[in-house]
Amino acid sequence: MSKQINVALIGNPNTGKTSVFNQLTGLNQKVGNYPGITVEKKEGICKLPRGVKAHILDLPGTYSLNTTSLDESVAVELLLNKNDKDHPDVAIVVSDVENLKRNLLLFTQIKDLKIPTILVINMADRMSRKGITIDIELLEKKLNSKIALVSTRKETGIERLRELIADYKNLSKTQNVDTSVIAPEYFASLKEAFPKEDVYKLWLVITQDVNFMPLEKTLIKDTSSFTTKSKSELKRLQQKETILRYQFINGILKETYKVDANAAKGFRATLDKVLTHKVFGYVIFFLILLTIFQAIYGWSEYPMDLIDGFFASATEWVKDTLPPGVFTNLIAEGILAGIGGIVIFIPQIAFLFLFIALLEETGYMSRVVFLMDRIMRPFGLSGKSVVPLISGTACAIPAVMATRTIENWKERLITILVTPFTTCSARLPVYLIIIALVIPEGSFLGLSYKALTLMSLYLMGFGAAILSAVILNKILKIKSKSFFVVEMPNYKLPLLKNVGYTVLEKTKSFVFGAGKIILAISIILWFLGSNGFSDEFKNAETIVTNRVQENGFSASSEIYFETHQNGTTADEGSGALARKELEDRALAQEIAGYKLEHSYMGYMGKAIEPIVRPLGYDWKIGIAVLTSFAAREVFVGTLATIYSVGNDEEETIKNRMAAEVNTRTNKPLFNLASGVSLLLFYAFAMQCMSTLAVVKKETNSWKWPAGQLVFMSLFAYIVALIAYQLLK
Amino acid sequence: METTVADLKRGQKGIIKEFTEDLLPIKLLELGCLPGNEVELVQVAPLKDPIYINVNGSHIAIRREMALHIALDIIEDNAVV
Repeated sequence: MSKQINVALIGNPNTGKTSVFNQLTGLNQKVGNYPGITVEKKEGICKLPRGVKAHILDLPGTYSLNTTSLDESVAVELLLNKNDKDHPDVAIVVSDVENLKRNLLLFTQIKDLKIPTILVINMADRMSRKGITIDIELLEKKLNSKIALVSTRKETGIERLRELIADYKNLSKTQNVDTSVIAPEYFASLKEAFPKEDVYKLWLVITQDVNFMPLEKTLIKDTSSFTTKSKSELKRLQQKETILRYQFINGILKETYKVDANAAKGFRATLDKVLTHKVFGYVIFFLILLTIFQAIYGWSEYPMDLIDGFFASATEWVKDTLPPGVFTNLIAEGILAGIGGIVIFIPQIAFLFLFIALLEETGYMSRVVFLMDRIMRPFGLSGKSVVPLISGTACAIPAVMATRTIENWKERLITILVTPFTTCSARLPVYLIIIALVIPEGSFLGLSYKALTLMSLYLMGFGAAILSAVILNKILKIKSKSFFVVEMPNYKLPLLKNVGYTVLEKTKSFVFGAGKIILAISIILWFLGSNGFSDEFKNAETIVTNRVQENGFSASSEIYFETHQNGTTADEGSGALARKELEDRALAQEIAGYKLEHSYMGYMGKAIEPIVRPLGYDWKIGIAVLTSFAAREVFVGTLATIYSVGNDEEETIKNRMAAEVNTRTNKPLFNLASGVSLLLFYAFAMQCMSTLAVVKKETNSWKWPAGQLVFMSLFAYIVALIAYQLLK
Repeated sequence: METTVADLKRGQKGIIKEFTEDLLPIKLLELGCLPGNEVELVQVAPLKDPIYINVNGSHIAIRREMALHIALDIIEDNAVV
């Protein structure tokens, strides 16, 4: 069997490079990261004629080989480094038929590296509508290269591309442009100093903005026979190079590329006028946002309920089927609960990315960036921060992932750091139950106090995000150029296949990336909650059973009976049986509660009680707050376990919480002061290990998630403390 | 005061003369924003910034601070008022 052909797919953003990749590889692709950095690495296998296979690497989109970001330098490094295992045997430059001139700039640069290069002219289906004609044969001759005219929408031209790849050995390797004419002496001295290397390659290494390939950099600095130029001199030369290339391209296109001006324009201009209008632009954006919210809250509720139900019954099944013991408990309460905690987020993440992908594919996203940039700038954010901040109201995890489009590292970092302040959907169950408990009935201007409270919590989340962005903007000393050049691509109908791939890929990346950490921590939490060293823990069954026999059921169990008997008394005959069953369940719940109290987790809760007491909480709430660091929505479930009521019975939990008395003040534990304090704590604290895991992944350092954890939690503590002490 | 891209009104066109700042991002040039090329102001964002231009067939949005460094000669005065 012959060796696989290494193919690198490269091209400007918005040329449909990903569609070409999808067409070549089908579902035969995998997404990972380049070692050590968070740049996405997409690769796949493509079957070629005559049984040959090609390994296709989809390089990050770039406008040229003059890199300004980490993503782009990955592409350049691969093209320059012959020793890299992925170094391409053949490069495919994907271009868009309407922007061929600009796309050819990158093409001529790659060609000049003497790598066999195929030009793909994509979106051929738009040619007739736009009045474009191309003399392909002449263009092939002028560029000394093979061209495939492709339409990924109509699925044409891909076969020819496969043929060309298989036949890569016959492609020409001649250069198109002689760069040395921009500074003949300088290039001559380069050639003299490094006779073995190609001068164009050396030139590229010297002019990179992003430091990469440390070896080659030092190699060039260490010579005495030629002096490097200053940064601005190099910049000027790069400008000259760009002009030189455009001269070459313009000359060629004059003979081969014709566009009938009358056929163009129209649609785009009209749509732009409406979508970036100073009033309608914002109204339309707002309506789109509403739809997205509705999808994330409303539509994902059904699949989420199904998932929840599935994991609940799976847990039951495991407990019933496997022999009781530590191992069964680990599977049922540690592993299954952990996996359930990951899977439950999939519908929301999928919906969010579905919308983001749709907005990006159509070209609308650039218009949002355009509309919002000036508004976001005073806060150290960019127009591109809008999408992550809005996504954060569903879930911070995909939101942090969505910051990848921000090229300016400082703006991106600030966006990542402040996004978790926005009110994510996991906070909602906590808010709802506490608001129902402590906020009084009544209304103001026709809006109930409860609704107003919920709304102010959302506003406070946004406020905290914006405020901390301002602070971070002041204190973060990161040198980064104000760099804002956003291409406004033409409007397109989205290709459903591409949208589908994006949703699949992002969801997978969440499940396998952050998922591992969520699973690990939930197993640790399970261990801490179900193990203990004291005699009380070990003899929980006997102690609680004896207590119940002597003193009767606890107050909480009595409430449990009351709420449940109302339902069963209607059926007189089975009343006694029902009572027996209820008592068994109440006993089991009391044992579970007693065990938790004396587990490691229980001792931890008691240990932190002095810390949380000034906020108006007791050790039980302390435990719930601690376990909430796994995921906020765990709060309700943990309290249910501690108060020994069934997990799924929200009304009972609420009644039970209302009955809880603070032993120190003899007032209800959940009153206005402690309730508001809890709400504020949950609004601001960084209680989500999944988000921390994703931030670690995106910033490639534990420094930033650790900072988030400390700063946000401290801030939450102080705000909650002030609120409780004032309202007490 | 030199006329720059920031002075264009909607619908107005000009020919780029030079850059008054050396360290403009090279990306701008690669997109076709080069001396000698035609530039048209397509749209201005509601708060006057950023601006949306068509240069050499590329539609791009840039911030006003960057537009101030691109000097040009206005060629057509058909601004939309």
